[in-house]
Amino acid sequence: MIEINHLRKSFGEGDKKIVVLDDFNAKMEKGQITSIIGGSGSGKSTVLKHLIGAYTPDSGEIWIDGEEVSLLKGEAANSVRKKFGIMFQSGALFNSLTVEDNVALPMREHTELNESTIQIMVKMKLEMVGLRGAEHLKPSQISGGMVKRIALARAIALDPKIVFYDEPSAGLDPISIGVIDKLIMDLSHKMGITSVVVTHEIPSAMRISDKIIMLFKGIIIASGSPDEIRNSDDPRVQQFIEGSPDGPIPFSKSQTDYGEELKEMSQV
Amino acid sequence: MVRSFFGFIGRRGFEFVDTSADFFREISGLYYLTRSTLYCTFIEPLRGKPIKWRPVWTQMEEVGVKSTTIVFLVSFLIGVILAFQSAHQLSRLGALEFVGALVGVAILRELGPLMTALVMAGRVGAAFTAEMGTMKVSDEVLALETMALNPVKFLITPRFLALLIMLPCLTIMADLMGILGGFLIGTTTLGIDPVVYINNSLDAMVVKDVVTGLIKSVVFAVIIVMVGSYMAFIIEGGAEKVGQNTRTAVVVSMILVIIADLVFTSLFFFVF
Repeated sequence: MIEINHLRKSFGEGDKKIVVLDDFNAKMEKGQITSIIGGSGSGKSTVLKHLIGAYTPDSGEIWIDGEEVSLLKGEAANSVRKKFGIMFQSGALFNSLTVEDNVALPMREHTELNESTIQIMVKMKLEMVGLRGAEHLKPSQISGGMVKRIALARAIALDPKIVFYDEPSAGLDPISIGVIDKLIMDLSHKMGITSVVVTHEIPSAMRISDKIIMLFKGIIIASGSPDEIRNSDDPRVQQFIEGSPDGPIPFSKSQTDYGEELKEMSQV
Repeated sequence: MVRSFFGFIGRRGFEFVDTSADFFREISGLYYLTRSTLYCTFIEPLRGKPIKWRPVWTQMEEVGVKSTTIVFLVSFLIGVILAFQSAHQLSRLGALEFVGALVGVAILRELGPLMTALVMAGRVGAAFTAEMGTMKVSDEVLALETMALNPVKFLITPRFLALLIMLPCLTIMADLMGILGGFLIGTTTLGIDPVVYINNSLDAMVVKDVVTGLIKSVVFAVIIVMVGSYMAFIIEGGAEKVGQNTRTAVVVSMILVIIADLVFTSLFFFVF
């Protein structure tokens, strides 16, 4: 179980200070899938980076399995990291290693298993993601969708209790999205893995999630089951799930008035 | 006038403080990375986490075996050039047969270790920064960390060990090739009697020359690996930064190699 209390994070200093997360609270239950959704720049990836210990929060607490992890360093941080797997948006496979070595790496480094056992385990994990037979290819020789599925195989190599997914279905074809969604659901519901999915694919999030947290500009604007989100009367939530271009969430990121800026330019 | 003058001084003062703060930040970063590399390479194996040798072999082949051609070529030509250049001056003094002594001592003490290190800074240092920098940019380093694997131990230690072993080896080979180059020119074009050439060379060269050269090359190896790795690990952003930092790594490690060469040469000059 993961519990996040009053998490705050900002980047930059002085005038350029940008608050990325403001008082983020969440509870991710064991065996459930929690999705964090929101537009780009809403802070959802920042939450994930705090959970994996890549960022240190300005203030707030992160509890993983009853342990405060936000300030851990070195060996203590590593013992927490062994509890979870992560699937990166880009896959982040090691390009110099074959698919088999990529999936086997966590097992070779963290377990005492002998080589033949490891090879059997690798085959099992690859079969789960439907890519048995790709063992001897390099990551540069396979497609983006396959990279993501292998990244998932690597994330679950050590049978972790928690798996983080960063945009698991971005840039995939509908069938691959379906396969990955089913995998995430199977892992959570059959094996009791706590899943945290960061995504902006609304249909997929609605399908798989037990709980959805929606972020807008670093603040939680909605939280609840998919049905609660769907029936929310917050116009920002409705705009996001319908994907309509007009609404309270502005499409333009610029801070200044367009007409004023053009006028100033013509004066110069 | 006066105000703008003091304004100028003030601005320059702040710029200077900023630049020197950056400089000391880089130095301390380099120091901490070197310290943790030394810890992972030499202390951790004693505490029951043995080093995996397979990546070290791979790197040794990459940085050592595959560099032999260029190192041989460069040092051979340096020997040839040195023989020609010194022959002109020495023949005016009537000491042409001492070409062998000059070439031998210059190669062993100075040019062998230095030229090998400079070639390797370009060939290997750049490759280290580009490879590890790309891994940093594509989140592979972060992936290692989240898998509870230490990137220093996983990426730097094999390269560090490989170059620490291979650079002195390459230096010895470069020494031999340089001396061979001088010998060929001395005995053919310059017409020195081979026996005289060899005798004069052996009289001039002592074991200390080889040892000091090898000590230097170990130091050069540390500089090349650590600067290359540090420049890779501080990369944030994209491909542009990888290119910039690769260039910086080569330039900085070449400069540091020359400075270290000066320091050690003067140390040997005064101590031995």
